[in-house]
Amino acid sequence: MTFSGFKVIKEALTGYKGWGPLWRNPVPKPSYDIVIIGGGGHGLATAYYLAKRYGQANVAVLEKGWIGSGNAGRNTTIIRSNYLLPGNQPFYELSMKLWETLEQDTNFNSMVSQRGIINLIHSDGQRDAYRRRGNSMMISGAGARLLGRDELRQMVPFLNFDNARFPIKGGLMQERAGTARHDGVVWGYARGADRRGVDIIQNCEVTGFRIENGAVQGVETTRGFIGAGKVGVSVAGSSGRVMGYAGRRLPIESHALQAFVSEGLKPVIPGVITFGAGHFYVSQSDKGGLVFGGDIDGYNSYAQRGGLPVIEDVLEGGMALMPMIGRARLLRAWGGLVDMSMDGSPIIDRTDIAGLYFNGAWNYGGFKATPAAGLTFAHLLATDTPHETATAFRFDRFNRGYVIDEKGVGAQPNLH
Amino acid sequence: MLIPHPLLGLRDAQEFTYLGDASLLNRPDPATPGAEAAFCDYVFLRDNPAGVHRELWFHEQGDRSWLVVTRNTLTHEILSAELASDVKAGAAQ
Repeated sequence: MTFSGFKVIKEALTGYKGWGPLWRNPVPKPSYDIVIIGGGGHGLATAYYLAKRYGQANVAVLEKGWIGSGNAGRNTTIIRSNYLLPGNQPFYELSMKLWETLEQDTNFNSMVSQRGIINLIHSDGQRDAYRRRGNSMMISGAGARLLGRDELRQMVPFLNFDNARFPIKGGLMQERAGTARHDGVVWGYARGADRRGVDIIQNCEVTGFRIENGAVQGVETTRGFIGAGKVGVSVAGSSGRVMGYAGRRLPIESHALQAFVSEGLKPVIPGVITFGAGHFYVSQSDKGGLVFGGDIDGYNSYAQRGGLPVIEDVLEGGMALMPMIGRARLLRAWGGLVDMSMDGSPIIDRTDIAGLYFNGAWNYGGFKATPAAGLTFAHLLATDTPHETATAFRFDRFNRGYVIDEKGVGAQPNLH
Repeated sequence: MLIPHPLLGLRDAQEFTYLGDASLLNRPDPATPGAEAAFCDYVFLRDNPAGVHRELWFHEQGDRSWLVVTRNTLTHEILSAELASDVKAGAAQ
């Protein structure tokens, strides 16, 4: 089944009888060439690119709940490539390029909307830092524009430009950034992978690894043993738990990150606005809800919910930045689990166990990375060598002293 | 979240800052062979358990003592809190 305008019209005229399920619900086979643990955006994208670009179709994706029920369904859907450091920025720009062609590639409406992102500037020092970041973005081809106060005021007149503590002096804009429909991304990759022969096995929780002579043989699951030539772990948020089954400790702590959405409103916010100084960022969904968030709760958690102090902190940031938000009602608040790593950057690498591969440590930024993480993890699984754009994301960068620390705060995960 | 401070009773977790796994109390001896690898593990690797976790909290807005708090990371239930200095002294005996 291929989606097209013609097909939509035809179905509308014939009672929608031609729409079928987008993927199968297969019984797991005894073994696969490659088993991917985690049916989120990253795991499904990995399976999709394995099948499409690397000719690997004997692949299973194991998901303990339903696909997209973890962080893929809990994020604030922002896509951007506005990083600073050489290990990070080209990777996120690769992801941005894949976002731009995602819908044509998967033949699925993922509602990618390049409405732009603005990071607000409050001081001369911050302007210098953002000018430097903008230069780094331009070197990678991502594009960047430094906005003056007057230009910014025309674009977003509702902000409180004269806040006593953080007056707004300008902004750094990436025009190609924006948002995407998180579920649409998951469904598009799932459908594309399934059509190419990948088995997506839901309600199948991995409970352990079978490792013999230092090589992985397969995984123990709630639906029995599944053999595998290679296993890819792609379970960010629960990385510590799953890699613990293999007896491995990681440079990661799991933390809770909350997000919020208001009632639906008429279009008011043109793109994504980040107020780093006040721990607040906001965009508006196509349905009209203001989608916003702030900092992680700051202590280890596997609870998928946060506490009231951070809710208060985020809402105070919102009121300080755009007082009109006080007129909107908060509809929902929720939490997800994030892998906070020791330098704030991700890991896509082999492990010391033969056949066991790891993709995780995405901190609070995994959603935007979905296409590139899938592509580069697929490359690693298929070829046993890192993708040229993801060579910096190795486990041993910590031992070797090559950390990728965007904020420069050191090995303190709750500060990244 | 309320932390049962051993000296001050129940205190709001907002008065504290969080450092992480209480294993950070066990700093390796830099004079032993293999100290470099031990320090890499000490600085960068964590158990990160889903369940009972012993962790360091600093009473920054209070009496500025360090506590070892035992807390369940699945439920956020706090099981106990001790002065880190007592934990360290107990481990040394």
